[in-house]
Amino acid sequence: MTTHTLSVLVENKPGVLARIAGLFSRRGFNIESLAVGPTEHEEISRMTIVVNVEDSPLEQVTKQLNKLVEVIKIVELDGPQSVNRELMLVKVRADAATRGQVLDAVQLFRAKVIDIAPEALTIQITGNADKLSDFRRILEPFGIRELVQSGMVAIGRGSRSISERTARPIAVPTAASG
Amino acid sequence: MSQQAGVTMNGAQSLIRSLEAAGVEHIFGIPGGAILPAYDPLMDSSIRHILVRHEQGAGHAAQGYAEVTGRVGVCMATSGPGATNLVTPLADAYMDSVPVVAVTGQVGAASIGTDAFQEADIRGITMPITKHNFLVKDPAEIPRTIAEAFHIARTGRPGPVLVDVAKSALQATTSYTWPTELNLPGYRPVTRPHAKQIKEAVRLILEAKRPVLYVGGGTIRAGASRELLELADLTGIPVVTTLMARGALPDSHPQHLGMPGMHGTVAAVAALQRSDLIVSLGARFDDRVTGNLDSFAPGALVIHADIDPAEIGKNRTADVPIVGDCREVIGDLTTLLRTEATGGHTGDYEAWVDYLAGLKKRYPVAYDAPADGSLAPQYVLERLSAIAGPDTIYTSGVGQHQMWASHFIDFEKPGTWINSGGLGTMGFSLPAAMGAKVGRPDATVWSIDGDGCFQMTNQELATCAINDIPIKVAVINNESLGMVRQWQTLFYNERYSHTDLESKRIPDFVKLAEAYGCEGLACDSPHDVDATIEKAMAIDDRPVVVDFRVHRDAMVWPMVAAGTSNDDIKYARNLAPKFDEDEL
Repeated sequence: MTTHTLSVLVENKPGVLARIAGLFSRRGFNIESLAVGPTEHEEISRMTIVVNVEDSPLEQVTKQLNKLVEVIKIVELDGPQSVNRELMLVKVRADAATRGQVLDAVQLFRAKVIDIAPEALTIQITGNADKLSDFRRILEPFGIRELVQSGMVAIGRGSRSISERTARPIAVPTAASG
Repeated sequence: MSQQAGVTMNGAQSLIRSLEAAGVEHIFGIPGGAILPAYDPLMDSSIRHILVRHEQGAGHAAQGYAEVTGRVGVCMATSGPGATNLVTPLADAYMDSVPVVAVTGQVGAASIGTDAFQEADIRGITMPITKHNFLVKDPAEIPRTIAEAFHIARTGRPGPVLVDVAKSALQATTSYTWPTELNLPGYRPVTRPHAKQIKEAVRLILEAKRPVLYVGGGTIRAGASRELLELADLTGIPVVTTLMARGALPDSHPQHLGMPGMHGTVAAVAALQRSDLIVSLGARFDDRVTGNLDSFAPGALVIHADIDPAEIGKNRTADVPIVGDCREVIGDLTTLLRTEATGGHTGDYEAWVDYLAGLKKRYPVAYDAPADGSLAPQYVLERLSAIAGPDTIYTSGVGQHQMWASHFIDFEKPGTWINSGGLGTMGFSLPAAMGAKVGRPDATVWSIDGDGCFQMTNQELATCAINDIPIKVAVINNESLGMVRQWQTLFYNERYSHTDLESKRIPDFVKLAEAYGCEGLACDSPHDVDATIEKAMAIDDRPVVVDFRVHRDAMVWPMVAAGTSNDDIKYARNLAPKFDEDEL
């Protein structure tokens, strides 16, 4: 089993997420991470789906995804030709005695404090999965009170865009050819 | 998207107008609360609506209609239970790639999600069993949605599309404009095969010693029978036609070995199993064809042509994948093979063809007449085929009657065999026959049904009798859920748990037919079969139901037990053909 990152361009229409989630669950694939959001085109959304699966079922799932009418394009974004990021917000116990150590970790990881309370700090960090889990390990001894993490988003390196598309309309036949 | 100015009307009128613009001539359906507004303009429409007795009947009728006309079949139902009754036919059409558009009413947009009366999330329910589906809440979207639905249903790999329309959208005032262009950026079916793949396929075909054309339902959907015949004649390669492809090549063609699979002929099963090159044309390596996949056709390379890329390599790795419409693929293969033949390059398959011809001769599809002189179901179908002939359209449900029909009817033409292949739906046959007869009123349509299947949808006899749809129904009555009983005989020590339907006693099928305004006939002796069929053939002013009361212990042979290897095919009970011991 290997981890694959799929970038899926879809039409921004209701129900698309349900279709895609249904397809994965029917074939028994576990989605490790999922992020959905807008793109530079208003009518297109982009999903980044991370799955842990063998190569041959992955090909089948990609083909099945491509069959969905609202799926425009699928690109696998793995390896050095792409960059991926996740966002984590973590609330960690920090009193007068430990706050300094926590802030050191924040600085070392180039994270950011976004809320301060007398007994806790809320920290925002972005990075790849490894960086986030390292950071989490450093914070654990202080006491993590709450943690939330986004799905991964990924983008290819270089100047090319995956959403360049050909919007060729289809002519509607007349009733006679019905 | 359109240049024309809109015409003001309500959403219901816009829906019916859109269906007319899409070329719809017939709709099978039942009205109800949420779809009610659409039924008012339907009364004034050029479209003929056929009022069925159950929505499942509407769906299967739309399938039968689509299969014989090559056009999109249309069914209509109301929200909630009306829509959920369409689930089975939609799933059936999805499995067998039948172009169907289902229009359902939905509760008013403001009530969606409130558990309103007769509300069901039919779009959510049918997502995995439709090619695509829509929920329309804005009446302005009705024409474009209908245009998209028909385009998606009919193009590429055909399939069912559901359009769920909120009642509020049907009632609201809107502007009707039929679109001239569709914008479906994610829907681009590939129909033209890649020349490089065709070339590679031809190379393998010429090198092969034991090739076989494995012909599936895609060949029927693509209307590629003429092209297939040319390819077969040019190359001399043996042909097997799957359950969905019966009739794609005439059964009388000398290279035709019949149907492969769990109940396939010995020659057809052997042709795949011992092949060194399977040329799959619109087939999908279904488990009922391959048996145990790991031991299926172990020595074969695979050329896999299909319009749906997801079928290629799904079950069996393809050595040469070809994405394209079967008609174009077969046409291109033939053109290139003909060029090669002109240059003196042809395949040499003589030993292989002889070997298979020997198997075909030694192991024909056969049966033993019951010792007690009672009626053999196979005999009924044999005689029906002989008397009704190859221009008749035959439909069937699922089970023993379906397998016997597939074997004992001689199919000579495409589109004359309509059955529930992938989903295996009991009750498909009769409503499908009804739809076929509406689509092809000139043709004789025989619904072949089991006594179990028949009792699932026979209420449509009322629809047929009232609407002048004179189908003929052959009930192969073995008073059992026959295929299940066969498995109980073979694998459950003859413990017949709940497969005895007692249908020779209850109901009286003749009386039932008469109650529905049909002619009812019965036959329980081989001596009366011809006369009964001829009598049924002579009646054309009303539907006919014939209760063929057959021997209940007849079994379907040959058979490959589920999950076992095709090598273990049994020609009859405890009789293995040993085709693997023959030297090639």
